[in-house]
Parts: sequence; structure tokens; C-alpha cells
Amino acid sequence: MIGTNIFQDQKVRLCADDPETLAQAFSRWERNDELWLMLDSDPVVMWSAKKIKEWNEKGEIENPPKEAFFTIHALPEDKLIGFVSLNSILWNQGDCWVAIGLGERDYWGKGYGTEAMNLTLQYAFSELNLRRVTLGVFEYNQRAVHSYEKAGFRLEGRMRGMLQRQGRRYDLLFMGILQDEWKQLQSQAPA
Amino acid sequence: MDFQHSLYEAERICLAPIDHEKDPEIVSRWTHDAEYLRMLEMEAARPLSPAQVKKKLESIEKEMDEHKNQFHFTVRMRSDDRLIGFAQVSWIEWTHGSGWIKMGIGAKEDRRCGYGTEVLGLLLRFAFDELNLYRLSALVPEYNEGALRLLKKANFTEEVRRRQALQRFGRCWDLLNLGLLRDEWRSK
Repeated sequence: MIGTNIFQDQKVRLCADDPETLAQAFSRWERNDELWLMLDSDPVVMWSAKKIKEWNEKGEIENPPKEAFFTIHALPEDKLIGFVSLNSILWNQGDCWVAIGLGERDYWGKGYGTEAMNLTLQYAFSELNLRRVTLGVFEYNQRAVHSYEKAGFRLEGRMRGMLQRQGRRYDLLFMGILQDEWKQLQSQAPA
Repeated sequence: MDFQHSLYEAERICLAPIDHEKDPEIVSRWTHDAEYLRMLEMEAARPLSPAQVKKKLESIEKEMDEHKNQFHFTVRMRSDDRLIGFAQVSWIEWTHGSGWIKMGIGAKEDRRCGYGTEVLGLLLRFAFDELNLYRLSALVPEYNEGALRLLKKANFTEEVRRRQALQRFGRCWDLLNLGLLRDEWRSK
């Protein structure tokens, strides 16, 4: 609705932070290997705050952007707890990918991620006007699968044995949500 | 030791390196056929000049050298070394033994001659027998029926259907991921 701040909800707000702040947070979060096993198929690795800052500083503001990156702040304390990114935006197809991570463990399983995802989908569908959002999630990250289903994503398939971790093969699941499905959910949501 | 097969040669075609002098002119002609691009690329189709192609081919080889996670080949006729297409294994994740394949036959008159089957055969043997990968994936638009037929004939399974991910020819189409495991390839 006109007049509402699309960057803020009850429990979280989406922000932009300076490279220094981001670098400090990421180099702290990196030390939690469980988080990175959930997030990335690359081998887990740790980088210094200095190195992360150098990467962040390279980021240029493009218009239209290929990526929309936000930090997630918990309210009311306004603490930096994670990040969310709409990336690989293909403007001609209206498709993009979403990635989300909560670096602060104390904030897991309490609805902060769900709310941040809802704000991000709203941004994707009602500001960027994309047609669909795609994500990949690892079979062993059931907590994430449930939260994505709650946000309206549907399972679209699984790439068999895409990951080998700690002696076992796991599938990579694909999920997607269409703009029409999201709009439908909005009209059903309690005011 | 007795190696039964050449990794690079099939019946009529072979895998070869890029020729930076002669190839750009030919590849540039292919990019002026939008149908060819729309079968292969999600990004907006656009023709490339020979100079633009030359840069692109140079950057492919540079990336191959620097990142060691992709292998790009040109496809040529064994009879006269004429360039007819390309084949690649890319985005290899060595820790997981996974990779993506992509290939194209550039000129309309070279399609539907069965060259694709020969190229795919070589590419799969290269990926599984030389790179020792565990699995391969291919991204195919729903409307690319030729590619789907070719991959399914080679034992690929449809694994993911990204609903309405493409918008072309005036409507929406699904984008498919197909997958093939090493054991499934061997059993063929």
C-alpha cells in the first residue's frame, strides 16, 4: 500500500550497511561452520575481516541492479543478525534467485528469517516487478525447507546426489514462487 | 596399457581447441540466428561481431586456465577440420564431483544430421572417464525439443522443472534441469 515502508516489518528491517560493519559481522559468522554448510556448496572456508571488506568495497551500484543485497536488522534493538540477497536477476525473463542467512544463532527458529523473506519477496514482486523467485536448498536443511514453504515456495524438483558431505550424498532441492501465487497469498493474509 | 577409445574423436566429428584467428568469423554468423541463441541462452539474444566473439573466446580460455573448473572444446568435422559447433563441461565443483554440460551445433544446415549425438557421446566419456565426475547436469528450456530428445536418449532424467521461468515466443515456458549419474551412464 502507498505510504507503508516496504523495508520494515514487526520484527526486522532490511538495511544497507558499510563494508566495515559487514566485514566484521561476516568474519564472525564464518566461524560457525554449520551456517555455511547450510548456505553454500563451496568447501567451508574462513576469511579475514580485511579480505571481506576489500570484496565489499568493490561492489558498484548498478541500475538496474543484477543483485539487491540487504542486511537484516532485528527490532527493536536494531541488531545486525543476517543478510538476504536477490541475485542473478534476469530482467528479460523476470526471474531471480534468493539467498538468506541468519548469522546470529540466537535468532534462529524465532520467525526473524520468515519475516525477512516476506519483505524480500514483497520487494521482488511489487518493487522490482519480477515474475518469479527461485532458490536452492540442501536436503539436510529441513528447517529452511519448512520456512520457505511457509513463505509460499513450492518444491520444483531435486538434483540427485549433487552434494557430498561428511561421507554421504545429498540432493539439492529447487523451490520457486510465482508473482501470481504471491499475490494470491497476500489477498488471503489476515490484515 | 591399451586405451580402447580416443577421447577426442567420434565417427565423423572431433573435439578440438579454439582457433582464435579463424573461429570468430564463423561463430559471429551463428549469433545472427536468434533461434540458435534462444535454444541455448536465457539472456536476451543479441548478435555479436567477430571482434566481440574473439574477446569472448579469449576470456573463456583465460577462465579455463585461471579457475580450472571448466573445459571448452570446439567441434570440427574430421574430414576437413571445418568448425561446426562447441561443447563444454563447466561449473565443476570438484569437492562434489558435479558439473554442467552445454553444447551447440551452430549452422542450421549442420543440425539434424546426428552430429549432436556424437558430440554428447564424447562429452560424457570425457566428463566421466577423464574428469571422473559423479554427476552431470544440463539446463534446457521446455521448447528445445531436440535437446530433450538427445539427452533422454543418453539416459538423462528430468530432475527439476522451474515453472514459467522463461518468457519467449509470446508465452511462458518451464526451464528444466536434467541429470545423469556416472553409474547410469556406465550401465548404458
